[in-house]
Amino acid sequence: MHELSIAHSLVQLAIETAEQNHLKKIEALRVKLGVFSGVVKEALEFSFDIATEGTSIEGAHLIIEEIPLKIFCSQCSQEYVLEKPIPIKCPRCNSGTDQILEGKEIELYELVGEG
Amino acid sequence: MSQAIEQPRIVKIRENVLKKNDILARELRKRFQENRVYVVNLVSSPGAGKTTLLTEILTRLGQDFKAAALVGDLATENDAERLKRSGAIVKQITTGTVCHLEAQMIEDSIREWDLRDIDFLFIENVGNLVCPSSYDLGENLRVVLFSTTEGEDKPVKYPTIVNSADIAIITKMDLAEAVDFDKEAFYQSIYQSRPTMKVFEVSVKQDMGINEWIDYLIQEKMKAF
Repeated sequence: MHELSIAHSLVQLAIETAEQNHLKKIEALRVKLGVFSGVVKEALEFSFDIATEGTSIEGAHLIIEEIPLKIFCSQCSQEYVLEKPIPIKCPRCNSGTDQILEGKEIELYELVGEG
Repeated sequence: MSQAIEQPRIVKIRENVLKKNDILARELRKRFQENRVYVVNLVSSPGAGKTTLLTEILTRLGQDFKAAALVGDLATENDAERLKRSGAIVKQITTGTVCHLEAQMIEDSIREWDLRDIDFLFIENVGNLVCPSSYDLGENLRVVLFSTTEGEDKPVKYPTIVNSADIAIITKMDLAEAVDFDKEAFYQSIYQSRPTMKVFEVSVKQDMGINEWIDYLIQEKMKAF
């Protein structure tokens, strides 16, 4: 369970970014979480509340968008979004690929606030 | 005088939450590269045989190369004591409650070492198949180990770590028959999350596959620098 340590990094990053952008109050953090990020959504949500306690962003909402795996199949020269993360195979020609374009991110992509 | 009303605002960021770890890992990788240290990060569940295999590897590699190891555990220095028998430079990292190693722990641990004196650095991660996958340690090669006793479908249960690894090793091959290990099913289980994964089969007890892996490491080091 490393979600608590990830939640701490997330809170720190949000506070720093808010200061740099002169955002006085953060109401929500939007996070992209890949299905292959190694992070469990529910555990991160739970940890987030603990990590924000006593900080300037206590009470902010965490909005997580789950990102499916997007692969590139070199046989078809085509990108595909996989409905299920495994097996990592081209849904059209069935060949395996190691080229993952999306689905591994743990990314803070937006802060919603005031100021 | 009326107070200014704060306006709702959206700030676009697009930053990796583990940015600090990633930046530090990149710096470490550069330092390792400059000093020609080939770094291997070993991950597995507890009891897969990381320490046993590593002791053997350090002993054999140590005949021709300077090898060092960092070993992560929640508590105790037991693994470091075991590894020291190989004659290599060994340092224990006790993480307390943290279930994985981070780049900062690596940087702190190698501070007193002269990297120019080291050819290979092995990092034995905390026994855990989940958390270590998110943390880059600046390694050249990430190796995931599974023992035959864990069952052939273990890789498919932990697809993220398998996908993040460069090669896989099956340990305790001497027990394969005793535990009815289905090798074909194991390979299929690996290929589901990493279709082109290179796999080594080893047994320390029967001296199987160890030299092949060492040869591979030496070749990879030559390719890297």
